[in-house]
Amino acid sequence: MDAKPRLAVHKFSSCDGCQLAFLNQGAELLQLATLVEIVHFAQAGFVAPDATVDMAFVEGSISTPEDEKRIRLVRKNSRYLVAIGACATAGGLQALRNRAPGGAGWIAEIYPQPGHIHALPASTAVSAHVPVDAELWGCPVNGRQVLDAVRGRLFGVTPVVETDKVCLECKRQQGVCVLVAHGAPCMGPVTRTGCGALCPRLHRDCYACYGPAENANTQALGRRLADLGLSPAAIARRFLSINNAATAFRDAGDRWQEEDHGDA
Amino acid sequence: MAATGFLLRGHMQNLLDALRAAGYRCVGPQVRDGAIIYDTLSQADDLPWGWRDEQKPGRYRLGRHDSPWGFAWANGPQGLKPLLFASADTLQTARRTDEGALHFESATPHAIATAVLGVRACDLAALRLQDQHFLEGLVPDPHYAARRADLFLIAVHCTHPAATCFCVSTGDGPRAEHGFDLALGETEEGFLGTAGSAAGAGFAKRLPLRAAEPREQDALEARITAAAAAQQRSLPARDLRAALFANLRHPRWEEVATRCLSCGNCTAVCPSCFCHAQSEEPTLDGLSSMSVRRWDSCFTQGHSAIHGIVIRADTRQRYRQWLTHKLGSWHDQYGRSGCVGCGRCITWCPVGIDITEEAAGICGSGHV
Ligand code: SF4
Ligand code: SF4
Ligand code: SF4
Ligand code: SF4
Repeated sequence: MDAKPRLAVHKFSSCDGCQLAFLNQGAELLQLATLVEIVHFAQAGFVAPDATVDMAFVEGSISTPEDEKRIRLVRKNSRYLVAIGACATAGGLQALRNRAPGGAGWIAEIYPQPGHIHALPASTAVSAHVPVDAELWGCPVNGRQVLDAVRGRLFGVTPVVETDKVCLECKRQQGVCVLVAHGAPCMGPVTRTGCGALCPRLHRDCYACYGPAENANTQALGRRLADLGLSPAAIARRFLSINNAATAFRDAGDRWQEEDHGDA
Repeated sequence: MAATGFLLRGHMQNLLDALRAAGYRCVGPQVRDGAIIYDTLSQADDLPWGWRDEQKPGRYRLGRHDSPWGFAWANGPQGLKPLLFASADTLQTARRTDEGALHFESATPHAIATAVLGVRACDLAALRLQDQHFLEGLVPDPHYAARRADLFLIAVHCTHPAATCFCVSTGDGPRAEHGFDLALGETEEGFLGTAGSAAGAGFAKRLPLRAAEPREQDALEARITAAAAAQQRSLPARDLRAALFANLRHPRWEEVATRCLSCGNCTAVCPSCFCHAQSEEPTLDGLSSMSVRRWDSCFTQGHSAIHGIVIRADTRQRYRQWLTHKLGSWHDQYGRSGCVGCGRCITWCPVGIDITEEAAGICGSGHV
């Protein structure tokens, strides 16, 4: 039992940004290396994609037939699997293609040789393909989230998954509400906390990069955004952004798109 | 109360200097990010001279006026609460020693003597409620107690209530009646000062006060009376306990839940709410851990999570908890309602839900 737990960081369809949550840690990254054996983490120079590990962090959505095959293998090789970031937890920004009218016809309009594109019909979350032990939301996730998950696993406890709204943290930080004081279309009241209320603290409206919070009343916020002067199309875009395929946001976006078409 | 003396507007810096000389960090109102907030204040020039607020449900705006007044506005989002019941506090740390033993250490609160300038009547009433909760229970809270011990309070009577204020109906304002060391009342030329404690009387001696004239006293009285008369909102009664608990199945709970975001902004800005959650935050090496308490709210899932079950899973139940505690069971706990009529929960609710309207709608009397 003296051997250190083995850790892998896998990448699927994504921008690589979430992996920086590990790489940007500085001294704590060195400490991490003393606590676990990093066996696969291509961006950090460790390459053993087929290795069996105790703990795997998975970045990226499942978007290609190759992704689909590989995620099953990763699941099989990993005792504990953590999906990290908007791509892995909700399909990512790229899931907007799932909504494209006319199926995959757009591919031919963009690429001169569309035959080279091997994509699944939809970009989806890891949990749509294999069982996931924990999900860390955010675009990107931050160092505190991933290191807490590692620590929790080393202790043998379930990591604390935050589900509250951004507003709670915004008020703890004593930020002045940008919605109330400036009429900004802040998504904080429906968005999951975890970012430290970064945007409102910098005087801008939250754009929902951490996905839906628990018990999110997207209807009430949508109506408020309409009061603030946003068009149905603009409200739909507020929901159909980074986490467009997360159920609560997708449904809200659908409703406001219908409203938009109804108006037209 | 007879005025102790009159402080000219131009002498406000003397007051701040005297506070500093007496060893206080001064906290006072100032304009930041489009609102009047409380922060460390050393220059009288930084006070909100000439600023006015406009508040209504879900909306707050500041504007400049051609006026020398410094306190012609109603409260912003903060009361005294953030200064005493911190939004995040480390309570203790646990450490594993080299020998493998566990070592616990309480995080000693280090409070600095603080003077707050500009405390309003509603916030003095809320302070009384927080004192009851944090100091007068079975186990006084050392963190709150440390910050409370060296607090010097300079109140300012309200002369410009917002449309959301209703302290008259709760009996808590607009005049600061007690609980302060010094109270100031603003008039055209400056401030009438009244000492409210021995410390306040002693401090007043260090200020360049002149005798207050009866006409100044009268002008201030008229201002405060007008401020009371100007309030547009009220609660149906001071004690709504019976009415609320008789209406636990009122259809309005369902209806307000369709509007409420369950975002907790109301409880966060409410100067009397005291709920918090505690969590363990271990360092990566696993050798030490901090117990941290943070503001929580009855609008979160965790607030009613017991052994894996969330008792209040939906917004109907959460909104009902807020209202029935604040205006109902608070009476059982602290002998009065938990609402001091500051109106913050109305202004700072992102969708403008109005506690006075909901209370009237549910308790069956009034204007809805
Ligand atoms: S700024 Fe946004 S996140 Fe902060 S309290 Fe207002 S609505 Fe909530
Ligand atoms: S319930 Fe609302 S009006 Fe009453 S004290 Fe709390 S924030 Fe102020
Ligand atoms: S239960 Fe709700 S209303 Fe009561 S003190 Fe806690 S947060 Fe405030
Ligand atoms: S009443 Fe308003 S501030 Fe309170 S939880 Fe509901 S939406 Fe948020």
